[in-house]
Amino acid sequence: MAELTYRDAVARGIAQEMERDRNVVFLGEDIAKAGGVFKATVGLYDKFGPTRVRDTPISEQAILGAAMGAAMTGLRPIAEIMFADFAAVCFDYIANEFPKLRYMTNGQLGCPLVVRTGNGGGARFGAQHSQSIENWTMMIPGLKVVAPSSPIDVVGLLAAAVRDNDPVIFHEHKALYAIKGEVPDGEILDKLGTAKILRSGRDATILALGLMVHRAMEAAERLARDHGIDCEVIDVRSLVPLDTNTILNSISKTGRLFTVEENPRLCGWGAEIASIAVDEVFWDLDGPIVRITTPHIPLPAADHLEDLALPNADRIVERISRVMNGSRL
Amino acid sequence: MIIATTRMDKMAAKKTAGPLTLQNDDLDLETRMELFRLQVEIRVCEKKANDLFFQNLIKGTSHLSLGQEAIAAGVATAMRPGDKSFCTYRGHAHTLARGVPMEKVLGELMLRDNGLMRGKGGSMHLTSVEHGVMGSYAIIGAHLPIACGAAWRAQYLGDDDVSVCFFGDGTTNIGAFHEALNFAAIWKLPVVFICENNLYMEYTPIADVTAVEYPAADRASAYGLERIIVDGNDADAVFRVAQSAFDKARAGDGPSLIECLTYRHSGHSRADPAKYRPEGELEQWLERDPIKIYRDRLREFGVSDQQLEAIEAEAKRKVEAATEVCKASPPAPTELLTADVYANGGWEWRN
Repeated sequence: MAELTYRDAVARGIAQEMERDRNVVFLGEDIAKAGGVFKATVGLYDKFGPTRVRDTPISEQAILGAAMGAAMTGLRPIAEIMFADFAAVCFDYIANEFPKLRYMTNGQLGCPLVVRTGNGGGARFGAQHSQSIENWTMMIPGLKVVAPSSPIDVVGLLAAAVRDNDPVIFHEHKALYAIKGEVPDGEILDKLGTAKILRSGRDATILALGLMVHRAMEAAERLARDHGIDCEVIDVRSLVPLDTNTILNSISKTGRLFTVEENPRLCGWGAEIASIAVDEVFWDLDGPIVRITTPHIPLPAADHLEDLALPNADRIVERISRVMNGSRL
Repeated sequence: MIIATTRMDKMAAKKTAGPLTLQNDDLDLETRMELFRLQVEIRVCEKKANDLFFQNLIKGTSHLSLGQEAIAAGVATAMRPGDKSFCTYRGHAHTLARGVPMEKVLGELMLRDNGLMRGKGGSMHLTSVEHGVMGSYAIIGAHLPIACGAAWRAQYLGDDDVSVCFFGDGTTNIGAFHEALNFAAIWKLPVVFICENNLYMEYTPIADVTAVEYPAADRASAYGLERIIVDGNDADAVFRVAQSAFDKARAGDGPSLIECLTYRHSGHSRADPAKYRPEGELEQWLERDPIKIYRDRLREFGVSDQQLEAIEAEAKRKVEAATEVCKASPPAPTELLTADVYANGGWEWRN
């Protein structure tokens, strides 16, 4: 068992899969010789060489298009889109090409690839390098959407994504690259579509993803200590496939649902889960479903403004304690 | 418009555009008969598709390449089994040229269960993996990077197949064209880009919206590639230039970009009567109809009218038979609606 950073876990996960399967190849901007702008791919070029770990020009369409062409003819590429915001530059592949290939060809072709990308805010990068884009990708039939929050999940879910026969968008959170966690030695393989209950509780269910998992956990400890509210915290981990069993069971148990989302409020994934909960476990609910999100704004660069925009433990505690005490919003 | 006429004049004067000279002694008669057969079959099949539209048996849209048959036939004849082709929404010709049965193509256009994708793809998405037809892409330019990826796989695994990517002149102004060419050039990928310059970007003359006269070839040097222009109405010329590009790709010497000069006899799509064309332009190009050119050439090589007519009659018989098969085919079963969204064959996004 070793303690690894989230960024080292990325390299470990890629290396594990490249060692296992020669058809796994890796391409992206600055990922090879430079080891990635977030240093998440350091060592891979030295280990696997220039034919398997390839630097590309700044050409996001070529990166995803080439990954798709390779995937549909037999390889299992991992493609990096450096900042998640840049996915917009190559959205044709994400929205029109990968996810529809199998359906349109009546199953003749598939697209087993992974797009890794640095998602999320908190690093003072401003509105075009800080977006949380998981909602952009969640609504497209044919894609799978994963967002790990810990080093061990990075390795296990990345391995599962590489071995999956569908295109997977793998959202790494750029504000988590430096966190550390225990990662066992040897091969790690997780399962897509499985949420993780990180803290068991009886009073309310909190759902979170990526960076927000850490903030939700901090809030849950404080809610228990300072307000006597015992929250169950679930790391959703994968939006597609979505582990509705774990989520709905928890809501039925606690009777309350709060979602903590980093993305702008409108059409967030929490709204979708809230809708599912109302459809399927409405009679188990004891109060309103509350979504804690970023306001519907682009993210500012200034420290205090960005901090004001993103949900944090203070705000989560405040919102949940008020609602649990019967206050109206 | 002036450019069109100028180009016609240039081509008529030189017989072919660009540096290639017409040689008539390097192709055997068998290859030539095959080139003729393919062009005729594509022509009759597309004309039938047009008729079926007016009978409301083909729905949605359709983009014909009447007048451009020499390119599909010439390139496909130079390909080997195992080579991969990537087409556009104007991809019927390229699909048929790879040997995909007419009834599978027409069945898909008619959205029947016997179609290539059992009606789930339609006219713009013809795919037949067993024939190396790796999809038809309806977003302009999307498939150029994808063809690069297939070529990268061949390079990486040491496979000797070449990826071929057909596209129109309008594609040359989209970013993916430039990204793909640079990418293919720096990675020395075994990919051949075939630009079919039919003078019109959908409804607009390409010359009106493009900074250079030859939208693909004039940009080749920007990627360190040779400037290649060929008479796209001459199947022999296309065959030769394609074969040389495939040889280069298979030798590990990287990609080629070939601009084929041609003309689209019909409008952009079913909805387009092509009234924007100047008077007389179509008639001028009909004089250079690739099938007419080829029929005359085969006669020069001693092929009898009877032989040529037999090929044409056989193509018509095939298309009629295929049409009947498609008419008798049911629509796809309703369970296909939710099939194959994900690799497990289903569409469930939750557990």
